[in-house]
Amino acid sequence: MEKVTCGECGHLNPYGTHLCESCGKPLDEKDKQASMVDMRYEGVARRSQTYNKTVIDKIWNFFSSVKIGVTIIILTLIASSIGTIFPQEMYIPGNVDPAQHYEEEYGIAGLIYYTLGFHNLYGSWWYMALIAGLGISLIIASLDRVVPLYRALKKQKTSRNEGFLKRQRLFSVSETKNAEDMLEKSEDYLRRKRYNVKVENESLLAEKNRFARWGPYINHIGLILFLTGCMLRFFPGMYVDELIWVREGETEAVAGTERQYYVENEKFSIETYDENNETFAPALERAGGSQIKTYQTDAVLYESSGGTVGTEPDLTEIKTDNIEVNHPLRFDDYALYQYDYKLNELNVMSLSMNDRESGETIGTIDIDLFDPQGEYDLGNGYRVVIESYFPNFEFDENGEPSTISDIPDNPAFIFRMFSPEHPDEGEYSFVAIRSNEDIFGENTYEMSFEGVETKNVTALKVRKDHTLPFLIAGGSIFMIGLIQGSYWSHRRIWLRRFGNELWAAGHTNKHWASLKKDFQSLSEKTGLTVPEDKQAKKAMEEETSDGRDDDNGRN
Amino acid sequence: MEGMTIMVEISSNLLFAAFFLYLAATICFAVSVTGRKWRDKQGEVTGNRLGTIGYVAAWIGFVLQVGYFFTRWIAAGHVPVSNMFEYTTFLGMALTIAFLILYGIYRTAVLGMFTMPIVMLIIAFASVFPTEVEPLIPALQSNWLKIHVTTTALGQGLLSIGFAAGLIYLIRTLDFTKRDKKVFWLETIMYSLISLVSFILVRYIFRLADYEAAFTYVNENGEEAEMMYYLPALLGPNEASLQTQGALEPLVTMPSWIRSDDANTVVWSLAAGLVLYILLRLILRRPIGGALQPLLKNINPETVDEVSYRAIAIGFPVFTLGGLIFAMIWAQIAWTRFWGWDPKEVWALITFLFYAAYLHLRLSRGWHGEPSAWLCVIGFVIIMFNLVFVNLVIAGLHSYA
Repeated sequence: MEKVTCGECGHLNPYGTHLCESCGKPLDEKDKQASMVDMRYEGVARRSQTYNKTVIDKIWNFFSSVKIGVTIIILTLIASSIGTIFPQEMYIPGNVDPAQHYEEEYGIAGLIYYTLGFHNLYGSWWYMALIAGLGISLIIASLDRVVPLYRALKKQKTSRNEGFLKRQRLFSVSETKNAEDMLEKSEDYLRRKRYNVKVENESLLAEKNRFARWGPYINHIGLILFLTGCMLRFFPGMYVDELIWVREGETEAVAGTERQYYVENEKFSIETYDENNETFAPALERAGGSQIKTYQTDAVLYESSGGTVGTEPDLTEIKTDNIEVNHPLRFDDYALYQYDYKLNELNVMSLSMNDRESGETIGTIDIDLFDPQGEYDLGNGYRVVIESYFPNFEFDENGEPSTISDIPDNPAFIFRMFSPEHPDEGEYSFVAIRSNEDIFGENTYEMSFEGVETKNVTALKVRKDHTLPFLIAGGSIFMIGLIQGSYWSHRRIWLRRFGNELWAAGHTNKHWASLKKDFQSLSEKTGLTVPEDKQAKKAMEEETSDGRDDDNGRN
Repeated sequence: MEGMTIMVEISSNLLFAAFFLYLAATICFAVSVTGRKWRDKQGEVTGNRLGTIGYVAAWIGFVLQVGYFFTRWIAAGHVPVSNMFEYTTFLGMALTIAFLILYGIYRTAVLGMFTMPIVMLIIAFASVFPTEVEPLIPALQSNWLKIHVTTTALGQGLLSIGFAAGLIYLIRTLDFTKRDKKVFWLETIMYSLISLVSFILVRYIFRLADYEAAFTYVNENGEEAEMMYYLPALLGPNEASLQTQGALEPLVTMPSWIRSDDANTVVWSLAAGLVLYILLRLILRRPIGGALQPLLKNINPETVDEVSYRAIAIGFPVFTLGGLIFAMIWAQIAWTRFWGWDPKEVWALITFLFYAAYLHLRLSRGWHGEPSAWLCVIGFVIIMFNLVFVNLVIAGLHSYA
């Protein structure tokens, strides 16, 4: 498209420009008629407002529209709120079937919730699509505005067109014999007010905080970076999220580190608040019991220096630390968090072999519940063989003894006891917690429970996240842009002398009261007529006005 | 340790004193707005001494509340923002800070006339919750507690000022001679505020009367359980059997999956609110908003609109920093992940998205004045929802009240 030449200053403007980029002369018929020009984006030619022919134009225009952006925001907002009606799938108990759980807990509403996929809403394709749409909108809408805006603010002339000045929201004409003097004093004063002042051809431009205009675009860049960081999580290897259980006194490989690191749990402890503490006693009494003060794992971290698979790793101690909630152990790019625990897990069980009639103890065996031996020799022809071991005992559907897991929460054994009386076949005995049966009738000997040793187990979460740098950078840039755009406003004051008249106009992108205050004090110093606020006047005249200033109904 | 109990005592007295200073400030601002006026050429109200006195009273109230805050901090050994009472009280303080900032910029007494009573309401609402000093659970033992919670509250306080100014704008500009949707919704806001007052009144009246009614009932697991009511039971628990002599028998009983004591409190508040509201309507003989409107006739709606926007422009970054960014940093440290779609997290995101939409509508689509004021009202509803409903009703990691 061809460029538009400004009739006033001869500047070549891109096709679609409303106000000459250089002198501000209204180029559009509509603006020439209006009492106020549309100062949004300085009246620049935005691609989205100028072209609408090809498919690319249409896509560009769609995503550059604030109306569409806001619609996506509102849709995301509504979708997000729906996700909080019932707990998401990740928060329901792990051992239940979601399909049943939602209906059982929440009735028909729960069933609908589950059927529509709202139980996993934030991972659904359409929620992702909304976020993606938001990202695209951020990029296109920003580009559509920032490029021409930057050009217009860079090319603006000090001396502005009459039509431009008198169609500003703040505008006044001061009649004075000393217009020259007034202009000089104003220049002085505005400089003292830290305005950036330029003077040429009896015109003055005082400008302040132009950088505030870039705030929105900078915060959008931050958001895009942040969303990119979130997207990277879909690539494998970007983050580690593992859970390891470590018993007291044991050392485990740190999952997710390719067996490079090992962690030892020296001790796991829980501390509760003192119920006699005067300050907290009333609250603890109302809560009806003790409250946890600390969960702590005394951990030692080791690094493995090689060692082939299957052999014992060669460990070097790197550091010791007390891992608590809010105090992870950090190493390399990893962090180990206190996540869960289990107190008093059975570890070693002691049993004795006794003569049933005399009650005489033949001998005692200590069984490591995680690594039981096959046979325990008691000497003198007495020995105990473990026929079967069920760490977490139950009877299965067929009524056969079986185990739920490898964790010895409810250990049970079938022993075969050999003795001088029964040297070949031995005698069978079934031992579980609170149960001691001989399986095939009368036995001479029995196994009885003597005691257990327990250990505390800590659960440590292993985390590494390569997306964090993106998120931190994105979040920081976002905040900088947000503050830049929110806490400063771009103010401009134009003065231009026409003989005995000094024209004054002002524009700001927000907080007009502050700009008006500046004009007020400028007037006190120089005698300049305080510009009238056309919009306030309009609002006062028609009380019912909604206070809308200009034609902002366009996208 | 004796000293700590005294400290808690001093602390609650300071809060009480602050409450009365806020009351004094409210009266000063109200008289200042409704009394005689001096206006300059621009139509702005100037030279009103009572407004300044109200501002000073608000400052003294604020200083007293800061006194409450730090004495309680010393007594508890941790920053007092860790349960419903403490957080809600702090939100009241944050609102005062926000008001002091905006009054400093715009000097509008009418803002005080609306903000100070809201602060009082919030503090009174806070006192309904248990006020004992509680020990911190492990997840809360972090410096981020002070940083995250105080910043978020300050952000919410500033955003709430946007609501107060929006409300003033609506009362000032709506046409109350009509009976349309706008008037209906404004009256709904008025009714909600009156219901909050009723809630506090009802709780205090029955607390003074030492009302208690014990029930045995059948809970959702089909087991027999006990429940204590501190308000007469309009709604009783499932298969209730009253154990206290002379207490009111429930009018209706609830199914087991509803928290019947909470539901009962809600019904009491709404009913008492309705009675109060109807009484007010009968006395005033017009909508509450319509009755307030003449008091505001000297207020420039443009200025109020700008105050509202300014409050949100200041508050939005503060809220984002506290409610999302600091929140994510702390969540990464305490809960091992920066984001977990916990209901409170999601509602903080919703608040963020909502005000982001507000700013875009205002800056790019010219939603000034009335539409902007309505949005401020909705925003405040979201903030209150997150404070009350998400904490108390939707269970999640944040429900420690």
